[in-house]
Amino acid sequence: MRNYLTIRRLATKPILAQEPFRKWKSVVGLEVHAQIASTSKLFSGSGTSFGAPLNTSVAPFDASIPGTLPVLNRKCVESGIKTALALGCQVNEVSMFDRKHYFYADLPNGYQITQQRAALANNGLMTFPVITPGQKLYYKSVKLLQLQLEQDSGKSLHDDHLKRSLVDLNRAGLPLMELVFAPDLETGEEAASLVKELMLILRRLQTCSCKMEEGALRVDANISINQEGDPLGVRTEVKNIGSVRSISQAITFEINRQLDIVSKGGRITNETRSWDAEKRCTVAMRDKEVLQDYRFMPEPNLPPLHLNLKPGSRSTSELLSVAELSEEIPELPEHTRQRLVEFNKLNAETAIILVNEPILLEHFMYISKSLKNLPTKIITNFLINDLLTYCNKLNLNLDDCTISSANLSDILNCLHLEEINLQAARQLIDLLHKNPNESVANLIDQHKLQQISNVHEIETFCRQAIANQPKAVQQYKKGKAKALFAIVGEVAKISEQKANMKIVVDCLENLLKTTAQK
Amino acid sequence: MRRHLQFGIKQVHSSYLDGRLSPHLVTEQAVKDALSLRTLNAFIRLTPELALLQAKESEERFQEKQPKSELDGIPIAVKDNFCTANVPTTCASRMLQDFVPPYNATVVSRLRQAGTVLLGKTNLDQFAMGAGTVDSIYGPTKNIWSEDLSKDKWRIAGGSSGGSASAVAAGLCYAAIGSDTGGSTRNPASYCGVVGLKPTYGLVSRHGLIPLVNSMDVPGIFARSVNDCVKVLNVIAGPDSKDSTTIRQPFRKLQLPEVDQINLRSISIGIPKEYHCLGLSPEVLATWTKIADILECAGAKVEQVSLPHTAASIFVYSILNQCEVASNMARYDGIEYGHRALDERSTEQLYATTRAEGFNQVVKTRILTGNFLLLRKNYQKYFEKALRVRRLIAEDFSKVFETNNQAVDILLTPTTLTEAPLFRDFSALSNRDQCAVQDFCTQPANMAGIPAVSIPVRLSQNGLPLSLQLMSKSLNEQLLLTVARWIEAQVSFECLESGQLQAAEQ
Repeated sequence: MRNYLTIRRLATKPILAQEPFRKWKSVVGLEVHAQIASTSKLFSGSGTSFGAPLNTSVAPFDASIPGTLPVLNRKCVESGIKTALALGCQVNEVSMFDRKHYFYADLPNGYQITQQRAALANNGLMTFPVITPGQKLYYKSVKLLQLQLEQDSGKSLHDDHLKRSLVDLNRAGLPLMELVFAPDLETGEEAASLVKELMLILRRLQTCSCKMEEGALRVDANISINQEGDPLGVRTEVKNIGSVRSISQAITFEINRQLDIVSKGGRITNETRSWDAEKRCTVAMRDKEVLQDYRFMPEPNLPPLHLNLKPGSRSTSELLSVAELSEEIPELPEHTRQRLVEFNKLNAETAIILVNEPILLEHFMYISKSLKNLPTKIITNFLINDLLTYCNKLNLNLDDCTISSANLSDILNCLHLEEINLQAARQLIDLLHKNPNESVANLIDQHKLQQISNVHEIETFCRQAIANQPKAVQQYKKGKAKALFAIVGEVAKISEQKANMKIVVDCLENLLKTTAQK
Repeated sequence: MRRHLQFGIKQVHSSYLDGRLSPHLVTEQAVKDALSLRTLNAFIRLTPELALLQAKESEERFQEKQPKSELDGIPIAVKDNFCTANVPTTCASRMLQDFVPPYNATVVSRLRQAGTVLLGKTNLDQFAMGAGTVDSIYGPTKNIWSEDLSKDKWRIAGGSSGGSASAVAAGLCYAAIGSDTGGSTRNPASYCGVVGLKPTYGLVSRHGLIPLVNSMDVPGIFARSVNDCVKVLNVIAGPDSKDSTTIRQPFRKLQLPEVDQINLRSISIGIPKEYHCLGLSPEVLATWTKIADILECAGAKVEQVSLPHTAASIFVYSILNQCEVASNMARYDGIEYGHRALDERSTEQLYATTRAEGFNQVVKTRILTGNFLLLRKNYQKYFEKALRVRRLIAEDFSKVFETNNQAVDILLTPTTLTEAPLFRDFSALSNRDQCAVQDFCTQPANMAGIPAVSIPVRLSQNGLPLSLQLMSKSLNEQLLLTVARWIEAQVSFECLESGQLQAAEQ
């Protein structure tokens, strides 16, 4: 009887599972805070340099000294407008500032001045390439809901040992652009790709340094999962994401964490979580902001910000012209990629890599102009496979690699004219990095890097190599074509990597053929 | 011996020029008088050393025949909610009792540039929240016109700029700076029998004025005559890059015509019927009627007008005031400056104790109410609605001033409903009730941002000043003060007699 019941119970299980399987979807939205590159703060005249001694870039207004008033920094508004235009936003003719209240030791006023009711710009769209390892390249579009200007807070430093908190107000009042994106993303890779593209654009515009390590660009992610056909699920917010790589890792982790909870029958709670880059996981933050009421109020000390939207207008001391600022917008990354594909005949992936690395792009543009006859593929291969690999191996930032475009062009020219071989070209990268003032020609001479293309010399090397590698010769003669590489390698060794390999291969094949005929 | 006290600024200036008086001598006398009249409690802090130093510098300029302006060497006082570099600025609160600003308010620095001598910082209600100058941690300010300054028989000076009004009325200085958010300059000017001007919002910079309600605060001017008031306005008015809400167009200095050159025939005066309100004393009403008659007799067109939303104004004012107060007071947490409690169990605990100790009951009540009104669920119901009614109130004024065929130039109203109340009667009411009565006639001008001036007209049966208020459209100070000047000349309001001063000094 007992057994029977057990079996009956088990037997009911499949009935529950008959509900049609519906796929889980992940939904990701980003909020980005970008510090506007500016010499003074958003509402005061104090400086903005990162790493200034503590509490030295603090105007009375930044410390909320009573009676001080905010004065809007024109340069910051210009940067905000340029960014908005580059991201396809509609810039608003009138925007306003609001106070957002909360108590925190590094928020001297007890409120942050931001734009809640009427932001600087709305309704933008960003389209960017997504490269996921092992998948085909695709483009993704994300709506930019809002771009607003606001002030940064100070920094609290907690001394656990002395049980004291200290406040540094250098950051208080720094200008920020907050960009609120619609939850149009699905994966961590897409989010990371969006941020990469955004950084490229902001750097081109010079409106943000995008140095995440200095906190100049901060990314918060909103993540939820839902089953197809259902409304969006309960979302969590992940903060404290410190690098582009972490964006993808943190979001992927959070999606999996939520899927795991749901698969075990649990429920997702609305909370703010922090990314722990060392342990590679998200952790719930202690102060949950669920019950915060920010008691928004219009900022009475700043009149509404009016802009001139008329086409062809010019800026005056009182009124900024959006049309005039739009003329200052440089070529954007996507345009560059299209130009590289259409004009320089590069493939899409290569174009993406070059645009991602402005230094490589600069080299490419220089070399392709100075060596018009060189196929662009050779240039990009050299830049990506050799120069970039060299830097990566040394853990060297491309910005810190001082080799000039002209020198790289000289190397490629020598390579193309077969004066040197690829091996020597790679060696020259290293030599030039260490001796940036030397010319390529000098270095070739000094280090005897000229390629040996003299047929007689090469024949001598080949004969010696054949003598040195009897086993390989035997295998080759038995029909194992790959064995030739061993003999070629031997020639390279004997010639100290200087023999022209094209001639070597011909020569070896000839020699081995003739010996076989004997 | 005290003759200089009765002088106007113009006479003092010419006495400085011809050497009959010297800035140092006058300043010394002012300091001496201020000390002997300490019983008024007009000053929170006298700055005699600074004043005498500034007077000496001024004297040297006169010796070299290079005075900086007509105000050079003139002792003035400044309300203690204007920041003065290196001179404590307390807002009459425990929170800022030891606060020493690192900068000068624009008003203060412009007065300095004109060569004035800062005699001291005057008393006020804590953070300017009040209408009596009775809520100060330094005690209340007394009205020099009181029949009896002893015990509890004295009269209030009005507020919140009661210290400045009292100092000017007692002749301790020639002019003083106050602030006006809902009547804080005009109310004490009315009770103390001096001229009190609230300029157009944005005409005078608020930079350095510790805010009460940013969207209504205006620096105010106290003087003993309209002419003196104009001289001060000419020095402090005009755009300021440090205050984004100042009016950008350059300020044209006012020049009032001589009294006998003033022609009232082209001027239309409106008497708003809504200001004939509950609680208006017969004496004030009679004064109001009398002046209307005088104006009409002199050829002005006098007519009754209506400002239909006047009755709602005080409620709207109260809501907006408390919301901005809640926000403006959020900065006082004891971290960067000001009072800091010893309670360091946690940051939140430090805030709570600091604020509990640093603010009085009035400030705390307004913070609490303001935060309640700003809650997401209440914002539309109160704050937004109040803004809408505020617009209606402003439109009332623009209709009256700008309707083509029957526009009026000036509105004539009472400033306060009565003579200065006795302290014991006044303090029996709550702060809320005090303000609701006191601010009735004055705060609508702040809601609309228009200029308004209170001028003394006559003495009541109790020997106390009775004053009237004139209002006009924005930036119309020239006409406003011209008419005020004309009325002033007709009524020749009795200045304080030496007898009263001597009695006070006992």
